[in-house]
Amino acid sequence: MTEEIIIAGFGGQGVLSMGKILAYSGAMQDKEVSWLPSYGPEMRGGTSNVTVIISDERISSPRINQFDTAIILNQQSLDKFEKTVKPGGLLVYDPNGITEPPTRKDINIYSIAATEEAAKIGNTKLFNMIVLGGFLKIKPIVNSEFIQKGLEKSLPPRHHNLIPANLEAIETGKKILNPINVL
Amino acid sequence: MTREEIIKPENLVYRRTPVLTDNVMHYCPGCGHGTIHRIIAEVIEEMGIQDKVIGISPVGCSVFAYNYFDVDFIEAAHGRAPACATAVKRLNPDKFVFTYQGDGDLAAIGTAETIHACNRGENITMIFVNNAIYGMTGGQMAPTTLLGMKTVTTPYGRTVEANGYPLRITDIIASLPGAYYVTRQAVFTPAHVRKCKKAIRQAFENQKLKKGVSFVEVVSNCNSNWKMPAVKANEWLEENMLPFYPLGDLKVPEK
Amino acid sequence: MAKELKLMKGNEAIAESAIRHGVDGYFGYPITPQSEVLEHLALENPIKTTGMVVLQAESETASINMVYAGASCGKKVMTSSSSPGISLMQEGLSYMAGAELPAVVVNVVRGGPGLGTIQPSQADYFQSTKGGGHGDYRLITLAPASVQEMYDFVGLAFELAFKYRNPALILSDGMIGQVMEKVVIDDYQPRWTDEYIAEHFPWATVGKPATRKHNFITSLELDSAVQEQNNIRIQKKYKECEEKEVRYEMINCEDADYLFVAYGSSARICQKSIELARAEGIKVGLFRPITLWPFPSKQLKEAAKNVKGILSVEMNAGQMIEDVKLATECRVKTEHYGRNGGMIPDPNEILEALKKQIM
Repeated sequence: MTEEIIIAGFGGQGVLSMGKILAYSGAMQDKEVSWLPSYGPEMRGGTSNVTVIISDERISSPRINQFDTAIILNQQSLDKFEKTVKPGGLLVYDPNGITEPPTRKDINIYSIAATEEAAKIGNTKLFNMIVLGGFLKIKPIVNSEFIQKGLEKSLPPRHHNLIPANLEAIETGKKILNPINVL
Repeated sequence: MTREEIIKPENLVYRRTPVLTDNVMHYCPGCGHGTIHRIIAEVIEEMGIQDKVIGISPVGCSVFAYNYFDVDFIEAAHGRAPACATAVKRLNPDKFVFTYQGDGDLAAIGTAETIHACNRGENITMIFVNNAIYGMTGGQMAPTTLLGMKTVTTPYGRTVEANGYPLRITDIIASLPGAYYVTRQAVFTPAHVRKCKKAIRQAFENQKLKKGVSFVEVVSNCNSNWKMPAVKANEWLEENMLPFYPLGDLKVPEK
Repeated sequence: MAKELKLMKGNEAIAESAIRHGVDGYFGYPITPQSEVLEHLALENPIKTTGMVVLQAESETASINMVYAGASCGKKVMTSSSSPGISLMQEGLSYMAGAELPAVVVNVVRGGPGLGTIQPSQADYFQSTKGGGHGDYRLITLAPASVQEMYDFVGLAFELAFKYRNPALILSDGMIGQVMEKVVIDDYQPRWTDEYIAEHFPWATVGKPATRKHNFITSLELDSAVQEQNNIRIQKKYKECEEKEVRYEMINCEDADYLFVAYGSSARICQKSIELARAEGIKVGLFRPITLWPFPSKQLKEAAKNVKGILSVEMNAGQMIEDVKLATECRVKTEHYGRNGGMIPDPNEILEALKKQIM
């Protein structure tokens, strides 16, 4: 199994930390992982993305240009990365702020109203975990016990009290996923 | 009296300190460097710290200081002695670390290192020999060259328009909170030599207190590049250098 | 506690490795994309644990001279920076090679020339492997291609630096510096004691005991006849290093019709290109120099014997290709493919380049 994922959105949406939690969880499950962020000026308020690869084998290049999954959190990222999903691959996006939804017919597309849901829960910081839950629903590449371990590893100890809320948000994400185009 | 009788220990009135090596110094006759080297070496001997001293020499006339001091020595790149001393002291906090630099090294190319080592309050001793000229390279203008002074790169005399003002860097150092003891001394008369040695002793003793930089400027001469006999150079120093670089303490530790 | 598995960025691995390898001092100055080295060290605050000194200097110039002086004292000292900062350090590196001082410098390369870009690049190959500063000298240059190697090469670089009394360079780039991967980390090695240093490095300026002559560290020698002898001695050392210290890796070369030659990030991307190529039935392998100086010339010559062509893949305008051609004596068709200015080639375009330029 090798899963090559791009997560892209605005800086501050928790793009990098979502990727980090996924990578840590994979590592906890004894998989090979790599996490490669975009860095530099585009991090500050602009778009931000991270490439996460989780595999049973040694990872060749951390830098790739075609993905099994794209997790998209804003329009710019959708414009940039929709075309990079491999045929038969997966695109998960939050429709908030999306004016031109994805159009490809050769990939699986799901929307997840995570921004709206996080507002309902009353904790916008859980937004990225809701999205992660949606992704894991379709591709359960990491078991939930390891997600918990991944959270423990990637969050600083002072935030460990938030882990139950994070796990709950992941479960919420699994429930609110909305199929748009399923092959 | 035979030679042997004369050199009996009880007749000894002066000897070279063993902290200096047997190497013949390359300094010009009349130059202040030899005297300044000697009093530093005597201070090291008197404090009994020869085995605990690490010196840093500059680029300039005193580039070969490591040949003359019988202590461990590092020859630094031009201007970088304070950075070197910072690392040596931080890595060896129980050692006595001193830099020895000229005006071009300390106040031109190495200004950043000088200011920042002083501002960090490194527990080191810095000796700054100011003779208002680049000696080693043949008498070019230094940052401390006086207005009107002729050098091979200011052959018509230093002017504000062309070259800016002479730099009193020691005054800047004294304004920094990391500097613990800042003084300006000279070695052109025996009385000045004694006073300067006392200041250098103080600057070395201060390292035990771990309270910051001790900085000793020594206003010195360069009879060769000033193009005058040694005695005349000392007179010129007194008449021209001292009014602009007045001797005395600029910053003394609060009692 | 034995081995431990962690997920770390390449830059953090450098810092963590320094603490765990008993490094005495790190002196550095912030610059993207390597600032995490200094930041991680500042956060770990090892002065309280191992006694390691960490200092943010006023410039890269000051940093490298702090390293120069720390190395003079026989201490394990290092710095890290990125391309423009490394250019500022060339003076200090030349002095260290001249004074025969061991130290480790890490360059997390970004695109140039000038202020350039902050994105990954391999445009500092010439600077790293051909001397860099003034005078006849070399840096032992290690090119990590993973976070694990970032970690491991700190220890290796110090070992080689002290063995040959010469600075060693870890030549990384923004991608390896920023990527997070699994790393196996070792237990803490203690720092060397003063007694150990005095015994093993009799040249070090540690304070002169009554039992020996004074030590001094200098790169200055005005007597040309003596300086020529100094240079001959240093060159002899380099010859020995070339004989003994070459490191490289070969992947899928056994049946290869074509070779990629690539180091660091490019070598990682080429491995993906190989997967793509072999899926199409194209037999291509990778020759990855790990030591860029000394360059694995003999080994590459041997590896290239039965191939039809070589593509030197570099994130620059074509630098290592000169060493590739020298190694193979131009007997094999050799072309360069590269991206520049912080652009990273993707696996497909490298495969396309192979087809177009070599096949």
